Amino acid sequence: MAKSYGEVRALDGVDLTAPTGTVLGLLGPNGAGKTTAVRILTTLLPADGGSARVAGLDVATEAPKLRGRIGLAGQYAAVDENLTGFENLQMVGRLYHLPKGEPKARAAELLERFDLADAGGRLVRTYSGGMRRRLDLAAALVARPPVLFLDEPTTGLDPRSRIGLWETIEGRVAEGTTVLLTTQYLDEADRLADRISVIDHGRVIAEGSADELKDQVGGESLEVTLEAAAEADAAIAALAEVAAARPQLDGVVLTVPVAERKGTIALAVERLNAAGVGIDDISMRRPTLDDVFLKLTGHAAEDPEAEDE
Amino acid sequence: MGLAGAISDTLVLSKRNFMRIVRAPDLLLAFTVQPIMFVLLFAYVFGGAIPTPGHSYIDFLIPGILVQTMAFGGFVTAMGIAEDLRKGLIDRFRSLPMARSAVLAGRTLSDIATNAISITVMLVVGVIIGFGFSSPFLQVVLGILILLLFGYAFSWVFAFIGLTSSSPEAAQSLGFILIFPLTFVSSAFVPPETMPAALQWFAEWNPISITVNAIRALFIGDPAGNTVWGAIAWSLGISAVFAILAVTKYKRAVVR
Repeated sequence: MAKSYGEVRALDGVDLTAPTGTVLGLLGPNGAGKTTAVRILTTLLPADGGSARVAGLDVATEAPKLRGRIGLAGQYAAVDENLTGFENLQMVGRLYHLPKGEPKARAAELLERFDLADAGGRLVRTYSGGMRRRLDLAAALVARPPVLFLDEPTTGLDPRSRIGLWETIEGRVAEGTTVLLTTQYLDEADRLADRISVIDHGRVIAEGSADELKDQVGGESLEVTLEAAAEADAAIAALAEVAAARPQLDGVVLTVPVAERKGTIALAVERLNAAGVGIDDISMRRPTLDDVFLKLTGHAAEDPEAEDE
Repeated sequence: MGLAGAISDTLVLSKRNFMRIVRAPDLLLAFTVQPIMFVLLFAYVFGGAIPTPGHSYIDFLIPGILVQTMAFGGFVTAMGIAEDLRKGLIDRFRSLPMARSAVLAGRTLSDIATNAISITVMLVVGVIIGFGFSSPFLQVVLGILILLLFGYAFSWVFAFIGLTSSSPEAAQSLGFILIFPLTFVSSAFVPPETMPAALQWFAEWNPISITVNAIRALFIGDPAGNTVWGAIAWSLGISAVFAILAVTKYKRAVVR
């Protein structure tokens, strides 16, 4: 897919594939093109290059049919404040042209599932942010769509609501729904996505499972917190035997890439003791998606509170 | 998408808009108290100073102020659409397998109900302070239908404004700036003969004047000429042009 806004190439030839029943995570900073990709795939925006099929249907030529088979929950909780939770879901069910009686039944069922049964008769303007997001996600599920698009579903949510939403998404996937999830939270992609496409400046710069991406950055490291930064040179010398590459020092934290996990901590402690280097903490650390991101893009994943793309 | 589907979608959304008024009844002030205020202000503050040959000012005023109120009745549509855009609801609707025209048609349809409320309130107040129909019942009914049609046409103008503005507030002031002069440089409140030549020319061709003159013909027996047909033609023309503009804009609408 390609899409330009004047001079700006929002999508510069992005290829994405998600097998049925899996979660594809689209990871990238603000302005990377994630939302543009979702808008093209949900028929909201025409691409100016390339093609895409969702649920076997072409997004450009079969859009009306495709709309009946997708659900979209966006960055905004797109629900009507002046309707009750129940009325919102019922309205969406009617607009999906569900058979008579079904919109009501689905609304009740989804309110129950999303822990909103008690609040279902209340106006949405009295809902908390987390409740609105849950209702928004419920609205995306009204027609039991085989493909679900979640554009930064947990941005701005408190940690408890995030985990609740994650569990709901996992439940949907277990039932066979295919999900495209955009996020700028690395832990979210790590937990939910089967495959991750890292996207930056409108291009896919890496693709794979979370583990594969982490492996690209390199193996494990030993992280040693020193009692005093002045002892860093002594520590580096003492750990020469376990180090697989040049250690990095950040304040009092020494990060030593290692080749072998087994027995490393015991050996390191022994050598540091023998050299008389005092330590506060020592642990093995696998690369995080943060490391992946930093390595791939040359910059850290951006502050989620920054401006929307 | 068949016609039956489009009608059903439109009704679902117009019910949603109507619920908004039920849920936030303060909005009703705009359709009731505001028109009453205008009638009383014009009748008692300006009325004495404006000579209207052949009619009392209150008889002259009511058709004019009814048309003005219809022209502004659609502002709820502009604000509502701008708000739906901002909150991402338009994105949701556009991702659903529903008629492309339904969001806008639902809005303009619910405006007809609120405009009918305004007409009723204003006629009651008008009659209390001395307005009198001097034409047969069927003509009055035709006049009311023309008022509603005219209000419907301007709802489409407001729908387009709502899709074009950056916020509900901007939509409201843009609508005000565009429509306010149109209602004043017309025969609604004063006979245009007293205006400078250029304004007088404008006032004569202004769809507001033509509609006001049609309503005067149908309510208080002014000579009708072509005004009734003219008013209907203007309303249909404005509806058609702005419905096409607004639906085209809607299809490309972007969240802000």
